[in-house]
Amino acid sequence: MKSHRQPRPAAPHATRPVAAAAQAPSVTTLDKLPVRATATIREVQATGHDGGALKRRLMELGFVPGERVQVLRRVFFGHGPLAVRVGTSTFAMRKLESSLVEVVLA
Amino acid sequence: MATVSPDVTSAPTTALAAPLIALVGNPNCGKTALFNRLTGARQKVGNYAGVTVERKEGQFVSPKGQTWRVLDLPGAYSLLAATPDEAITRDVIAGTRSGEAAPVGLVCVVDATNLRLNLRMVLELQTLGVPMVLAINMMDLATRRGIHIDTARLQAALGIPVVEAVAVRAGGERALLAQLDALGWTTLPAPQTPRPMERIAQASVEDTHRRVGELLATCVTMPDNASPLTARLDRHVLHPVFGPLILAALMFLVFQAVFSWAQAPMDAIEAGMGALGDVLKAHMPEGMLRSLLIEGVIGGAGSVLVFLPQIVILFGFILALEDSGYLPRAAFLLDRIMASVGLSGRAFIPLLSSFACAVPGIMATRTIADPRDRLVTILIAPLMTCSARLPVYAMLIAAFIPDREVAGVFNLQGLVLFALYMAGIGSAMVVALVLKRFMRQSAAQPLLMELPDYHWPHLRNLALGLWERTAIFVQRVGTIILSLMVVLWLLSNFPAPPAGATGPAIQYSAAGTLGRALEVVFAPIGFTWQICIALVPGMAAREVAVAALGTVYAMSQTGDELSNALVQLIGHAWSLPTALSLMTWYVFAPQCLSTVIVVKRETNGWRMPLLMLGYLFALAYGASFAVYRAALAWGG
Repeated sequence: MKSHRQPRPAAPHATRPVAAAAQAPSVTTLDKLPVRATATIREVQATGHDGGALKRRLMELGFVPGERVQVLRRVFFGHGPLAVRVGTSTFAMRKLESSLVEVVLA
Repeated sequence: MATVSPDVTSAPTTALAAPLIALVGNPNCGKTALFNRLTGARQKVGNYAGVTVERKEGQFVSPKGQTWRVLDLPGAYSLLAATPDEAITRDVIAGTRSGEAAPVGLVCVVDATNLRLNLRMVLELQTLGVPMVLAINMMDLATRRGIHIDTARLQAALGIPVVEAVAVRAGGERALLAQLDALGWTTLPAPQTPRPMERIAQASVEDTHRRVGELLATCVTMPDNASPLTARLDRHVLHPVFGPLILAALMFLVFQAVFSWAQAPMDAIEAGMGALGDVLKAHMPEGMLRSLLIEGVIGGAGSVLVFLPQIVILFGFILALEDSGYLPRAAFLLDRIMASVGLSGRAFIPLLSSFACAVPGIMATRTIADPRDRLVTILIAPLMTCSARLPVYAMLIAAFIPDREVAGVFNLQGLVLFALYMAGIGSAMVVALVLKRFMRQSAAQPLLMELPDYHWPHLRNLALGLWERTAIFVQRVGTIILSLMVVLWLLSNFPAPPAGATGPAIQYSAAGTLGRALEVVFAPIGFTWQICIALVPGMAAREVAVAALGTVYAMSQTGDELSNALVQLIGHAWSLPTALSLMTWYVFAPQCLSTVIVVKRETNGWRMPLLMLGYLFALAYGASFAVYRAALAWGG
């Protein structure tokens, strides 16, 4: 089984055991954002093994703290990639990179 | 260009004859359209030394009579390269790419409707201290969308010349040309290389974004809403249910069109070749030379040239889909399926190009960052039915599949063609899955692919792209294929049959001997010795097999049948199981020298191309055997 794919993004921002307990109810990651919901980027995390390259690339493409994002589409019943609007661009993202983007629901 | 001579004399005597500049920008900023606008057809398309990243250089003359050489660098989001493509752009700008001169100056191309993303790299490039001009492209679209850009203020804020451009309109490059004349780049000292690339990593991304935000706030007014056309189209195109349906319908339309629209021009080419042969026949004395010209040259090359219309239609569709911005959407829709066999959605674009030819397809894998993903994509690219296989399919289908309607709308021949394409795709997925098992799976890979705004494909760019592809194809027909045809003709005519021989002459020739030897290997899958002969030159280029069959059959028949179309010939000569077996063989079609060479260059060694050849041969033989035996059992 593919362990990195979680079952369903049913209750997107309910149970998220992140450190940011203060804003707990509204903090989530981009991959869990419901379709059409708008949020503000809080932080972009680095993945462990690439020396921060993916984080840097995400930021280069406009995923910087303070920027507003919106999930336009999900395909394959939430198991496929997302289409995400950031700034004046749209990007297709897998869960891998979208889960690095921490957002605060507007 | 004659009117420019007075100005040339006024140019400084120390000026470079033709200074090299480079176009640089994000993907989808219309950079290549601007390149086409500047250079027209004066382009040289090749590869960067040692890699298969496409290198496009052209020339143009500015109003003051200065000749410029211009390089269209691969699109990049940043000089901190994430793909082999971006690495080329980085190295050329740095001046560290061997065999490439560093450009004296850069023309940064940005999309006027997406300055927020595009301007960031401009700021990044500015840290290098390279002479730069900013060309704001797609100004027409920006104006239509109500985006207003104060270029004078932007120029003052950035400290580099800023010009407006509309690459898709005649004269849309005029401001850029005037600016180039005014810059004095021709008298610059040779660029200091390597350029200080370490500054790129040192610059904070958040800072460059903040600067972009400030620039936009002071120099640009724009409405909040995104491109209305894109939003409206994406509602359907990216829809979880309608999206895949639209994709399937589009692909089906493409393949139906390839088969039906091409018919009339193909008939015309065929008739032209026939007429040419008749003229030669009427005006030349009978002999070896006439036979070589009619059977080897016209018959051989002509039978390949006839598929030009189909290739043009297929490439036309691919280029139009690419230009319009649809292809990344297709990749988005297919990403989940691709992921299930361990591939990235990005692999869709190289794989789709492979339907035209595996060589540009394999070259297009350069946008895939992960080496393993890239390798798997390269290895399965030859399973996508390339246009070179189309001639073989087309001939076999025409000979063996009745031309009738199915369910009122579909053409049976089109359906069979579609099934053959699907067989290729299906086996590619199986192979990818197997490779995923055997190769060490690296960590999951990001997709992170821009879905650009839709644009109407621009006819001039489309025509230039098509012209490029057509020229490559015709060149192949004129060089590799033609010379192989001549060699084959020689092999098929010498040694001459012994006195009193009863069979067709080719049986006694070198080619006949070779074919008969190969027949031992290929008889179990139903191939005749004529097919075996045709497979040999087919090594160099798949479509040559058709030409070779033409040559082989033209000579193995008696005089009366010479003029008979190959289609009718093989329709009588082969059994249906043999035809099905050959079609199956061509689904895998292991033989193509150009593909092997590209894979070797791309993977830096013989291991991968040999592995590819091995697995393709094994699959082709196994599948053909199964199909042949099944058809024999079922039919008789």
